[in-house]
Amino acid sequence: MTTSFVIPPALALIAAGLVLPFINGALRSALLLLAPLVTLWLVWQVPDGVQLTTSWLGYQLELVRGDKLARLFASVFAIMAFAGGLFSLNQSSSFELGAAYVYAGGAIGVTFGGDLITLFVFWEIMAVASTLVVWSGGRFANGAGLRYAAMHMFGGVLLMIGIIGEVLNTGSIAFQVMDTSTTARWLILAGFLINAGAPPFSAWLPDAYPAASWSGMVFLSAFTTKTAVYVLLRGFPGSEILIFVGLYMVFYGIVYAILENDMRRILAYSIVNQVGFMVTGIGIGSQMALNGAAAHAFTHIIYKALLLMSAGSVLLMTGKRKCTDLGGLFRTMPFTMVMGVIGALAISSFPLTSGFISKSMISQGAADAHLGFVWFMLAAASAGVFLHAGIKFPWFVFFQKDSGLRPPEPPWNMRAAMVLMAAFCIGLGIWPGPLYSLLPYPVDYVPYTTSHVVFQLQLLLFSGLAFFIMLDLLKRTETITLDFDWIYRKLMGWVTRGLNDGSERAWDRFLETADTVLTRVNSGIYRHHGPDGVFGRTWPTGRMAFWTTVMLGAYVVWAYI
Amino acid sequence: MAKEKPRPPGDDHWLVRPTTIRMLWIVSSILLACLVLLDLAIEHHPHFGIDGTFGFGAWYGFITCVAMVLFAKGLGLILKRPDTYYDN
Repeated sequence: MTTSFVIPPALALIAAGLVLPFINGALRSALLLLAPLVTLWLVWQVPDGVQLTTSWLGYQLELVRGDKLARLFASVFAIMAFAGGLFSLNQSSSFELGAAYVYAGGAIGVTFGGDLITLFVFWEIMAVASTLVVWSGGRFANGAGLRYAAMHMFGGVLLMIGIIGEVLNTGSIAFQVMDTSTTARWLILAGFLINAGAPPFSAWLPDAYPAASWSGMVFLSAFTTKTAVYVLLRGFPGSEILIFVGLYMVFYGIVYAILENDMRRILAYSIVNQVGFMVTGIGIGSQMALNGAAAHAFTHIIYKALLLMSAGSVLLMTGKRKCTDLGGLFRTMPFTMVMGVIGALAISSFPLTSGFISKSMISQGAADAHLGFVWFMLAAASAGVFLHAGIKFPWFVFFQKDSGLRPPEPPWNMRAAMVLMAAFCIGLGIWPGPLYSLLPYPVDYVPYTTSHVVFQLQLLLFSGLAFFIMLDLLKRTETITLDFDWIYRKLMGWVTRGLNDGSERAWDRFLETADTVLTRVNSGIYRHHGPDGVFGRTWPTGRMAFWTTVMLGAYVVWAYI
Repeated sequence: MAKEKPRPPGDDHWLVRPTTIRMLWIVSSILLACLVLLDLAIEHHPHFGIDGTFGFGAWYGFITCVAMVLFAKGLGLILKRPDTYYDN
């Protein structure tokens, strides 16, 4: 099968990640910057078709399979690793960076995996490495990391059972377009959706990601959910259920972000919201909508990284994460503020930003398919994105009130990484052509029409008006909002504690009853056989005479009857 | 990181002075009005009918945002807890 010599692009990043914890100084910086660039180059050396195979337990594994969709996702993953590496040059934990690079490599491995077994192996590498990134956030992250690991192991188990079922049903390990006709495929879909942050398991994302360090969350935001989008695009395009799952995610993200106080949790909810747009597009399933979902994953990785770099800079320079503690930072961090605003405009799909040219394709897909309900929901959600992320994040962090904090700008490398991502946000917004040419299907779409631009500006600016009119309602309080994770963080704790207490009580009662019964038996024996008992008082000869008398008496009575 | 006491409003950064904020409101209001009026000059291509009404983006964006905030506040009444809720 091998047509040319191809190095799996994932290997470069994974190898770099394994070496990183053991080197420091200039060598570490060089590796951080070079490994993603080498990976990007390797991604573009992979021609179409299956390039590298190996056999394992009688199965032919397709380790590297190239096509447009794989290259699109692998490219943005490599770009993201580079920008993340540049941003994190001064992160003291080499362990976190090593884990992050293995994690990014795992994501690229998934995109090039041609079969379900290869996919699963890289999927689990991602789960383990990303857990280590969360845990690198310090003691604060211990619990969140554990819950994150448990959730992804659970998703991994569903996926594995699904894959085994699929192999038993079809005899093939090929990863291709699937319908939802068998239980096995439903399980595969469920495994994918858990990683996408779909209901009812969305809470792992805002729980775990913001527990990571200022640099860790930048990496985390990119790979897990977007790899899930990639496998959904490849495995389940046009599955109607995804429309409803996606719409739920879109509004879940908005509503929870509106109520949130931690700046990076606001952005975490907004990841669920954005992935919701992509999942809806995949559910619509037309070429326009699938292109839109793929393009939106690409642009989203970049502007969400930019937003989190801006938030990460604030966290590093102030040590604060709550909106109630922040505010007024535009005075001394104007550069970080401008970068955050560019990311905020891009996520809100303002004209001339990358979000405008990608998200609108999903809405166009809904309109073309005459899905009125979906189209109106997506339009409302677009307004809601500006509300919960586009204005809320910059407003509460950089403006709002004067918190009295006067932090300086972050170091040069962090500013450089933000400039790179901001350049992508604006560059792709002005020249969408290069991105459109990378999409899986031919693009017949013109984002910039007067009608579309005016509509989008009206939608967004009046959403902004609503924000400032309702500012009092949006004031931050030191609260969190309960989610489905309450079930495994509180309720199950109560249930197990209850069962524990209950079983302890039952055991105590058993011992008590046994004690009473045994004491009664014992005292009975003592009464008859003790020193003063009827049988204890007589000597054995006396007892013999007594029983002989009894038996003779009985015999006499018997003879008379 | 240096910590300063917040200064009185008139003495603060020009961007947060009440006069600037009033100017921002006035300019924004004019901008919003012009944006809606543009609909008189532009031909939209509605897909579903109602999306072709005058100033659709404006009123739809505004109303849905108000609805989302109110819904969130309502949900918050039931589901909000102090942020130390899970700590122990």
